[in-house]
Amino acid sequence: MRISHSHLRRPSKSAWLLIGTGLLCVLLLLVLPLILIVVSAFSSGWKLFVRNLLDADMLAAIRLTLWVALLTVPVNLVFGTLTAWCVTRFEFFGKKLLLALVDTPYAISPVVAGLCYLLLYGNQGWLGSWLDAHGIQVMFAWPGIVLVTIFVTSPYVARELIPLMQVQGSQEEEAAVLLGAGGWTLFRRITLPNIQWALIYGTVLTTARAVGEFGSVAVVSGSIRGQTNTLALQVQLLQQDYNAVGAFTASLLLACIALLTLFLKVLLEYRQRKALKV
Amino acid sequence: MNTAVGLGSGTSDQVFEGSTERFSLRETMSIEVKNIQKKFGEFKALDDVSLDFPTGELVALLGPSGCGKTTLLRIIAGLETPDAGIVQFHGEDATHVHVRQRKVGFVFQHYALFRHMTVFDNVAFGLTVRPRDKRPSKKEIAERVHELLRLVQLDWLADRYPDQLSGGQRQRIALARALAVEPKVLLLDEPFGALDAKVRKDLRRWLRRLHDELHITSIFVTHDQEEAMEVADRIVVLNKGKIEQIGTPDEVYNNPATPFVYDFIGQVNLFHSRVQQGWAHIGDIKLPAPEHNEVHDQAAVTYVRPHDIELQAGPGEGFIPATVDSISTAGAVLRIELRHSLGDNIIHVELPRSQERLLDLRPGAQVYARPTNSKVFLQG
Repeated sequence: MRISHSHLRRPSKSAWLLIGTGLLCVLLLLVLPLILIVVSAFSSGWKLFVRNLLDADMLAAIRLTLWVALLTVPVNLVFGTLTAWCVTRFEFFGKKLLLALVDTPYAISPVVAGLCYLLLYGNQGWLGSWLDAHGIQVMFAWPGIVLVTIFVTSPYVARELIPLMQVQGSQEEEAAVLLGAGGWTLFRRITLPNIQWALIYGTVLTTARAVGEFGSVAVVSGSIRGQTNTLALQVQLLQQDYNAVGAFTASLLLACIALLTLFLKVLLEYRQRKALKV
Repeated sequence: MNTAVGLGSGTSDQVFEGSTERFSLRETMSIEVKNIQKKFGEFKALDDVSLDFPTGELVALLGPSGCGKTTLLRIIAGLETPDAGIVQFHGEDATHVHVRQRKVGFVFQHYALFRHMTVFDNVAFGLTVRPRDKRPSKKEIAERVHELLRLVQLDWLADRYPDQLSGGQRQRIALARALAVEPKVLLLDEPFGALDAKVRKDLRRWLRRLHDELHITSIFVTHDQEEAMEVADRIVVLNKGKIEQIGTPDEVYNNPATPFVYDFIGQVNLFHSRVQQGWAHIGDIKLPAPEHNEVHDQAAVTYVRPHDIELQAGPGEGFIPATVDSISTAGAVLRIELRHSLGDNIIHVELPRSQERLLDLRPGAQVYARPTNSKVFLQG
């Protein structure tokens, strides 16, 4: 379905006032800071920018950030798809509760989530002391960072899929089973093609959040330079070191990822609208 | 040579030589359901339903929405499990056979075509998902798909996607897809429900002719009594999860078993009456009710079809005085609504158009009405 804009009126004076206010806010809150990031990152010239970028700690932070995202995204892809499938295709006891639980990471402050993991998996924690005895360190190491990132980003895929799968209904799947399709064939040939754009969209959102997550990671990482610092933590660290150019360089990297996400998001929303068309 | 299975449009008389030959020889099955019970929460969808669907018949499950007809169809298909009771295919218990193994062709109200596949791939789906050792070769699949597309007269749409087709075309593709796996029975859930009136009429005639070719045991669900009358060999009328009547369209229309069936099949006029020794008394007039000869004195409801009422200009024996409330002359028959002295309800009358010249039927005109045929159901 295409929405026609031809019926929209030309804005009146008062409408222009509102539009103007909106544009001003966007300028002040979004565009200016973004420009500031770019300008500051290059304020001492290309050479310093490149040196900041190739700094050992910075490279370690980039590596860790990508590593965390690489582990988080597939886990949540599977988890989100399974949850959405269960919730939209079956009636079962506790379905409402499951839906509420899926949303908890939205509601809970990431710092609180980080603290919970610290209490549970820290050396004095219930699970942590047992793991510690077996020589596995979760807190103040990358496994802890991955754990909290998975928690924080877990709703994105599921929340993207559930409404779409509800709208599409299960009749195509029923038709496929009636024609003799087995479980895996059903998923690969019917379900997946119908949800693929929403799935990619959810993945993009999960990636963006996983890369930029700060609060929960700050609690569990221990901020060991060159070891447990993600890009977001690196920004804060460089800022505290009075290395403004370095901080803005890291910020620019994060901002670029955010802009790329935004671009992909718009593109995918367009594709998804086409997919919804029956 | 086979006769064509064609749509009512220009192409209907085209003959597709041999196109249905291999389908008409298929093996088909009878279906029996026994003591089926199904509840959704507190709602009783089916209450102890037992039915036989003989081999090769086209049966309509007819009833208002919520009567359980779709649930029964889905239970036969294996898409729902009954709380109690069994489903048999040709005498063999199929209650616990998985949907995949039931060999049931199913057509959905909203088509349920695979939206990301072409028409060709939709029809081929059932064949391509077979295990490798039972899967026909690519060439055989292509032949079979084109054969089926010719059967539904849409061979020229093979490369289109479902959203490029009209509703009627989609439903015919859905039917071709269901037939591709050589189902033992064919189940259709309100197959014409989402189509507009003209297409619906064409398509149901076409379905009837297709069934005459294929003779595959078929059940279709509908809430449209006219559709059931026109298409089915037999009609099962359901109400509130129970069977009201089973019979040919003729039996169901002319000899309704219960007041519900009378009310549901076609328009009726209802009169509260008292039955005394084979006569139903409605106010001053009496109508014959010979089936109730032994009844001494009991309350009853008398039903009269709109076309079973005659009108005349002057009073007469057994005629009810009435005034014309409104008249509709748009259509094949005259539809007249009368106000009368026996009750505050309106009498609906249908007359042939020729009566228009003989009677004064302007609103407000005085006429006299007499039921020529009626059906009496005792109360309590």
